[in-house]
Amino acid sequence: MGALGPVACVLLAILAIWYGAAMGLNMAWERDQAARAKTSPTLVEMLGATMAQARPVLPAPHQVAVEIWQTTVQKKITSKRSLVHHAWITLSATLLGFGMGTVLGIALAVGIVHSRAMDMSVMPWIITSQTIPILAIAPMIIVVLNAVGVSGLLPKALISTYLAFFPVAVGMVKGLRSPDAMQLDQMRTWSATGAQMLWKLRWPSSIPYLFASLKVGVAAALVGAIVGELPTGAVAGLGARLLAGSYYGQTVQIWSALIAAAVLAGTLVGLVGLANRIVLRRMGMAR
Amino acid sequence: MTGPSLPKADPVIEARGLTLTFQTGDGPVHALSDVNLTIDKGEFVSFIGPSGCGKTTLLRVIADLEQATGGVALVNGMTPEAARRARAYGYVFQAAGLYPWRTIAGNVRLPLEIMGYARADMDARVARTLDLVDLTGFERKFPWQLSGGMQQRASIARALAFDADILLMDEPFGALDEIVRDHLNEALLKLWARTEKTIGFVTHSIPEAVYLSTKIVVMSPRPGRIIDVIESDLPKDRPLDIRETPEFLALAHRVRMGLRAGHSYD
Amino acid sequence: MIARARAGAGARPLALGLLALLLAGLALGDARGGFGLSGWLWTLGAWGCAWGCVAGLAALNPRGALLHRAQRVGAAVIFGATLLFLWQAITVGAQVPTVLLPPPSMIAERFAGSLPILWADFVQTFVRAALFGYVVGCGAAVLAALAIDRSPFLQAGLLPVGNLVAALPIIGIAPIMVMWFGFDWHSKAAVVIVMVFFPMLVNTLEGLKAAERMQIDLMRTYAADYRQTLLKLRLPAAAPFLFNGLKICSTLALIGAIVAEFFGTPTVGMGFRISTEVGRMNVDMVWAEITVAALAGSAFYGLISVAERLLTFWHPSQRR
Repeated sequence: MGALGPVACVLLAILAIWYGAAMGLNMAWERDQAARAKTSPTLVEMLGATMAQARPVLPAPHQVAVEIWQTTVQKKITSKRSLVHHAWITLSATLLGFGMGTVLGIALAVGIVHSRAMDMSVMPWIITSQTIPILAIAPMIIVVLNAVGVSGLLPKALISTYLAFFPVAVGMVKGLRSPDAMQLDQMRTWSATGAQMLWKLRWPSSIPYLFASLKVGVAAALVGAIVGELPTGAVAGLGARLLAGSYYGQTVQIWSALIAAAVLAGTLVGLVGLANRIVLRRMGMAR
Repeated sequence: MTGPSLPKADPVIEARGLTLTFQTGDGPVHALSDVNLTIDKGEFVSFIGPSGCGKTTLLRVIADLEQATGGVALVNGMTPEAARRARAYGYVFQAAGLYPWRTIAGNVRLPLEIMGYARADMDARVARTLDLVDLTGFERKFPWQLSGGMQQRASIARALAFDADILLMDEPFGALDEIVRDHLNEALLKLWARTEKTIGFVTHSIPEAVYLSTKIVVMSPRPGRIIDVIESDLPKDRPLDIRETPEFLALAHRVRMGLRAGHSYD
Repeated sequence: MIARARAGAGARPLALGLLALLLAGLALGDARGGFGLSGWLWTLGAWGCAWGCVAGLAALNPRGALLHRAQRVGAAVIFGATLLFLWQAITVGAQVPTVLLPPPSMIAERFAGSLPILWADFVQTFVRAALFGYVVGCGAAVLAALAIDRSPFLQAGLLPVGNLVAALPIIGIAPIMVMWFGFDWHSKAAVVIVMVFFPMLVNTLEGLKAAERMQIDLMRTYAADYRQTLLKLRLPAAAPFLFNGLKICSTLALIGAIVAEFFGTPTVGMGFRISTEVGRMNVDMVWAEITVAALAGSAFYGLISVAERLLTFWHPSQRR
C-alpha cells in the first residue's frame, strides 16, 4: 500500500491539472462564442461549456473517456471505427517487429561476444545505426516497399525491428559479458566448449539485462509501428487515427488514439515486467 | 608527586544508561542496552566484540549518526548533535570512501572546503596531514591509482585535516591484509603520540585492540552491552614486538575471557 | 626477433586489405554496364578479402593505447567501407531501380548539388527545434529532479509515473502541439521538450540516489548543509547517470524534431523535405537528408561522449 499512495496522489494531481488546463485553454473560444451570440453567460455556465466543446483546444478527461468508450465497447471489433480494431493493427505490427528485433539483437550480441572481429567492426556501427533517424525515413521505406509489392504488416514491422534490435543487442552484449572472470576461469578448468559456456553461464547471467532491454525494445517497437502508419494516407492503425484526427481537427479523436497508444505501451511494458518477475523467480534470482 | 593533584578534567566522551532499540519486522532489536562509559582526554579506547554487539552503533551514536532511544551521551559536555555541528571529531569509516573524481589532495581538502577554511590555510593543512600519514608526493594521484592501504591512510589524513580533538574510527583496517595492518597500526600509534587526540577505535581483532589502546571496552550482543572495561598498563611507547610479551598476552587473555563471558563464542 | 614476428602478423591483414581494394576496383569497373558473372566474382572476392582483413586485424595484439585505438577504429572503418562498397556494387551491378535504393554515388551527387537546401533544412530542424528543445527539456528535467529530490513522497509517486510516460509514444502529441503552437519550429521544439523530459528526469533521479550511504554519513560528520552535500557529493556522483540520460535524449531529440514535422510544417525542415520528396519519388534527395541527419546525430552524440569522458574520467566504465 505504501507504494500506491504516492502514485495515486500524483495521478489525481495530474487529473486535476488536466481539468484546470482544459478549462483555461478552451475558455477563449467560449468567450468568442458568447460575444458573437451577444449573450453573457455566467462563469459557471462557461466553465461547463468548456467541458463539452465539439472541437476543444484541450478535451476534458471525461470527453476523451466517453470517446474511448464509444469507439471500443460500443463498436463491433471488426468495424473500421473501432479503436480496438485500430489498436490490434498497430499491435500486430509491433509484436512482429519486436519479435524479429529481439532475435536479431540476440544473434548480433552472441556474435559480438564470441568474435573479436565482430566486436571491433560491427559494434560501432550498431551504435551509429541509431543516429540514423529511421523514424524519419519510415515513410520512404513504406512507400518503397509498397512499390515492390511488400505491403501491409511487414514494412511497419521492419521499422519496429530496426528500433527494437538496438536496445536488445546492446543490453545482451553487456549481459553476456557480465559473468566475472572467476566464473569464466572455472568453466575453462572444466574444458567447457564455447557453446557450453554460452548456454550454461553467459545466457542465464544475461537474463536480467535481457528483460531490461526488452522493456525498452517493446516500447520502441510500438513507436515504430505507429510512425510506420503515418505516410501514404494509411487508413488503419493508431497512427492513422492520429493523422486523420489531426487533418480533420478532431481533437477528441487525437486524444483518444493517444490514450489508446499509451495504454498499449503501458500494457506491453507491464507484461514484459511480469514475465521478468516470473522468470527470475523460477531461476531463483528474484531479489 | 609535587603539590596537590589537579582536579580531574571533564571526560571528553561520556555515556550514561545509553540505550538504542530498533523496531524491526521481526520484533525489537536491542542494539545498545544501558551502556555506561567515560573516555578522558588523550585516551585511546578500543571497542571490541562480535558482530551485533553494538560497538559500531555506539560509535555512531557518539557521532550523531544514530539517535539513542534512551539515556544520555555527551561529547565535550554537549549533545552529540551540538558536537557534530561544532565539528568536534573526525570520522574514519571501514572503507576509505574517497571521491574518485578528486585527487588525494582534493579529498583531504574536502572537509576544509565545507568548513570554510582560508585557501592558504587549506594548502598548509593538506601538506601537513599527508606528511603525517606518509603520503607526501601522492597529492595529484587519484584514489584508484593507490592501494587499499594507501587509500585508508588518505582517509585518515582527511579526518586529521581539521582541528578536532576526537578521532572516531570504525574498523578502518578491517579490509586490509595483516602485514599492511601491522604497518598502519604502528603508524597510527605514532600519529596519536604526535597529535595527542582522543581516539575511539572499533575493531574485532583482539591483538589490534590490545596493541593500540590505553583502555579496552569488551562488548557482547543480544542485547548490546559492555561486559568489561580493561585499563591497559602497557607502556605508551610500543614496538610491534610487544605483542609477544607476557603482559600483552595476559591482557589478550582477559579480553578473550570477557568475550566468552558475553557468549561471543557461542 | 619479436619486432619481425609482429611485422609478420600485420602483413596478412595488410595483404588481404590490398587485395580487397584491387578486387573492389575491378568490381566497380565491371558494374557500370551491369554485372556479368565476373562482376559478381570480384564483388564476393572483395567482400571475402575485406572480412579476412578485419579478422586478421582483430587478431593482432598491439602495444600501447594509441595502437589499440587505431586497431579498433581501423576495423570499424574497413567494415563500414565494405558495406558502402557492397551497396554501390550491388545497386549498380544488379541494376536495382534507383527508386528502390539509389547507389551512394548518386546520393553523393545530389548531396553536393543541394547544399543550400540541406543547410536550411538542417538549421530549421536541428538547430532551432531539436537543439532548443533538447536544452530546455533536459534542463527542466534536471531542475525538476532537484526539486523532487527534497520530497521522498513526490519521488515515490513520480518515479513510476515518469517511467511509464518515458515509455509512451510521445511522438503522438505532435498534432496537438501543432494545434497549440502553430506550424513553425516552436511546436516541434515543444514535442522535443516533452520527449526528452521524462527519460532525463528518470535518469537524474537515479543519479541523485547514487551517492553511497557512507559518503552521505561522512558529509553529516562535517555538518555540511544540503547545498554543500548536493554540490560536492551528489551531483558529481550523479554525473554518469546524467550523461547516460543526455546521450539517450540526444537521439530522441533529433528523431522527435524530424517526425513532428510530418504533422504539419512550413516549407522548410528535414521532416518536411523527406515527406515531400518521398511523394515525388526523389529517393536520392531523401537519402541526402538522411545523411545530414546521420552526420548531425553522430556528431551530437560524439560531442556528448567527449564531454562525458572529460567529466566522468573517474568512473570505472571510462577507465579501460
